Amino acid sequence: MKQQLVKSESFFLDRFGITPREVEHTIGQVLGGAVDYADLYFEYRILDSVSLEEGMVKHASKNVIQGVGVRAVAQEKTGYAFSHDISLENLQLAAGTARYIADRPSQDTAVGIDGFKRPDRDLYPIQTPVTEVGLPEKIALLNQIDIIGRQYDPRIKHVMASLASQYKVILVATSQGLVIGDIQPLTRLNVTCIAEERGNRQTGMCGGGGRVEFSFFYDRDRYRYYTIEAARRAILNLSAEEAPAGMMTVVLGPGWPGILLHEAIGHGLEGDFNRKEVSAFTGRIGQKVASELCTIVDDGTLPFRRGSLNIDDEGTPTSRTVLIEKGILRGYLQDRLNARLMNMPLTGNGRRESFAHAPMPRMTNTFMMAGGSTPEEIIRSVKSGLYAVAFGGGQVNITSGKFVFSASEAYRIEEGRLTSPVKGATLIGNGPDILTRVSMVGSDLKLDEGIGTCGKDGQTVPVGVGLPTIRIDGITVGGTQ
Amino acid sequence: MTQVDELAQALLKKAKARGATEGDIMIVEGDSFSVRVRLGQIDKLEHAQEHQLGIRLFFGKRSAVTSTSDLSPASLDRLIEDTCTLAQSTAEDRVSGLPVVEHCVKSVPDLDLWDSQSPSLSMDEKIELAKRVESVALNYDPRITNSEGGSFDHYAARILYANSHAVMGQYQTSGFSISVVPVATENGSMQRDYWYSHRRKYSQLDAVEKVGQIAAMRTVRRLGAKKVKTQTAPVAFEPLMAARLLAHLTAALSGYAVYKGASFLAGKLGTQVASPQVTIVDDGTLTGGLGSRPFDGEGIITRRTPVIECGILKSYLLDTYSGRKLGMGSTGNAARSVGDSPTVSPNNFYMAPGPWSPAQIIQSVKSGLYVTELIGFGVNLATGDFSQGASGLWIERGEFSYPVEEITIAGNLTQMFSDIEMIGNDLELHRKVSAPTLKISRMTIAGE
Repeated sequence: MKQQLVKSESFFLDRFGITPREVEHTIGQVLGGAVDYADLYFEYRILDSVSLEEGMVKHASKNVIQGVGVRAVAQEKTGYAFSHDISLENLQLAAGTARYIADRPSQDTAVGIDGFKRPDRDLYPIQTPVTEVGLPEKIALLNQIDIIGRQYDPRIKHVMASLASQYKVILVATSQGLVIGDIQPLTRLNVTCIAEERGNRQTGMCGGGGRVEFSFFYDRDRYRYYTIEAARRAILNLSAEEAPAGMMTVVLGPGWPGILLHEAIGHGLEGDFNRKEVSAFTGRIGQKVASELCTIVDDGTLPFRRGSLNIDDEGTPTSRTVLIEKGILRGYLQDRLNARLMNMPLTGNGRRESFAHAPMPRMTNTFMMAGGSTPEEIIRSVKSGLYAVAFGGGQVNITSGKFVFSASEAYRIEEGRLTSPVKGATLIGNGPDILTRVSMVGSDLKLDEGIGTCGKDGQTVPVGVGLPTIRIDGITVGGTQ
Repeated sequence: MTQVDELAQALLKKAKARGATEGDIMIVEGDSFSVRVRLGQIDKLEHAQEHQLGIRLFFGKRSAVTSTSDLSPASLDRLIEDTCTLAQSTAEDRVSGLPVVEHCVKSVPDLDLWDSQSPSLSMDEKIELAKRVESVALNYDPRITNSEGGSFDHYAARILYANSHAVMGQYQTSGFSISVVPVATENGSMQRDYWYSHRRKYSQLDAVEKVGQIAAMRTVRRLGAKKVKTQTAPVAFEPLMAARLLAHLTAALSGYAVYKGASFLAGKLGTQVASPQVTIVDDGTLTGGLGSRPFDGEGIITRRTPVIECGILKSYLLDTYSGRKLGMGSTGNAARSVGDSPTVSPNNFYMAPGPWSPAQIIQSVKSGLYVTELIGFGVNLATGDFSQGASGLWIERGEFSYPVEEITIAGNLTQMFSDIEMIGNDLELHRKVSAPTLKISRMTIAGE
């Protein structure tokens, strides 16, 4: 792959000896009868990973995955078939399965393709993908992290670090004559530290990345920041007290705590759940679902971000979609199938984990716009509550609207001041009303470091979140005290 | 598959010629089918054919793993090259290496994991099963107004393992499942729940009527759920949720978490870690079990391992590497995704049943929670701290009183397993990790 920059449009045809004529013919084979839309999704992906523990880079791996998915759509029905073997024979076999959802035979005529398109922009113009960087350079980075982590404090007993990178080439060909490709690099560096003191063991984690080059981790000493953060959190947790239990005022710090938005409203605003009327947000466009301080967008066009894409996995350019404007619900996130059935605009959110999956509406980078308060005045305004700055994962039941997210670094607020650190605890709320309780929004909007992965219906995709400091007047905190 | 074992041997030979001292190969081939029907119409129909080859090579005590789904000769040659290059750059790790040949599989036992009698269902018959399970659920109660669909899934896979000690084994597995996710509405608020049946063999699947009715019953009983006050109270877990608690235990029992000091069970072997009523077993040899396999991800024959006996921790879950780090032998729990180094996962992992019927357990609770859903992560394996979102039914004077939601339950896994007060007699081994109904004497419930 090192040779000259690969062009995704010629990559598959050259590599597998499939002609544009055969692509046209395969799509034609899927169409007909009830089938009114079809597409092919070719994918070639290199995944590599290096990891360190006990001061050693014990593991290095490289995985090559390739395949093609064939999709047929007939109104709300989807037929999907895929194969690891990219050959004309398998394409035709898959086409036959995918169109099983149609009740009548295929028209079996070729669909005209207008020629290959490339995305209008490149949000991640990189010279050397991280998958092409030599193993010795990666090992050197992980070894430095190990030293920094151990030097931070003698109570840090274990440092674990991993660097995972992928280089993904895709090509989408649709029955509407669109053939478009993209090359999508992605990398992520994770650091975990374990601290131990008199039998008390605590972990701390931090990491970051994006659609970036290897030098990203050295810019602004990011690798050092991740390491020191992981070590600091592990040490801090050694002295954390039991977390409180019950409903209370909570201040969320900026950045990754934006996972609140992802769980509380993001999933509930995905088009498929609303078309099927199984979301707690069904039919609520135009209604007030948040305090007027809240404007929330999903934006897949931010350069170099983990959640960004030039085009989604159906070939639609990504965009910036306003979900909530000053508290009013404005829009849903759509893929082709759901946008068409709901008669709403495409938003470039049709994503899939790989060729082995049919696309669905998914988030990209989801965040709340900055407000007017300073973080200090927000904390000062709280008599008694919780300040949570770091989180692990979250989950939502989109039908009941109940969602959770779990704090991993939090402090009590007493009389407007941060006091003792408390242990991790899960926060639980109701998506359609939690944002109505946002009473202050900070001026310090921050996006996360680039570590988010979202799971839905068995598919995972990389995403981003962001948040300014906000105050929520009442959410249930699941501690033990 | 004969070509595949020749391929594996040829690749290992090539690697040896390039200087590799030992190595192993895993090849997985799969075929899967899935159909989801929603409101009587096909929603999504999927068919997949998969194959992947993974290779791990050692140069003395250095190693690397690679995989590909491109099985062309040129691609496989490049794979060997890449693996050799990677392996020679990693650190020397004195305990690394293949298992000793004596522990590896010699003849592959037949654990009845593949449905050789499976009827060749037509596409229409498969779709009909999905339609029927959904229709049973939709017709169960007028408040079931919608559905996320009824599904039928089927998969078949072949797994081959070969290593440079001339060890070679292969087996076939299959699985069938039917499931449904009904949605119920009352007074403008919605609830969903689900139920499923998953078995190795088609003939063992529960009837669609049973699956559809349970799913609908579970969904309707959530309607009108409310929060409760923050308090400490007894908490009972239905078997599915009790199994979730056990799944956290499997992660803490993993030899990797233990030797890194990232598990609250590190250093606890031979000590009391649960109530004396608790006995937990990992068994890879159960006939037809969903967690059964004749050999693990590094070719070691699986076995039955008592993990906790009468509350005393008897064994961790180990593969060769994590076992050597702890000075112990593998327990046959190596998990191996084709492109990764082995890790540890349970085989069939279950808590032995106790004397109480689920009804007796409910009756024993004056005022407390019966958990039917847990959401979120909220478990710290290094400390055992536990805090998760929950919903379920409130028990008053020994009877289900009303549904509850938007609450959390919190505690510490060490304390929770010690506080197990009653164990149900309703263990069913139809999952990889399974448990009977459980009652924990006291946990913190956060709500209003």
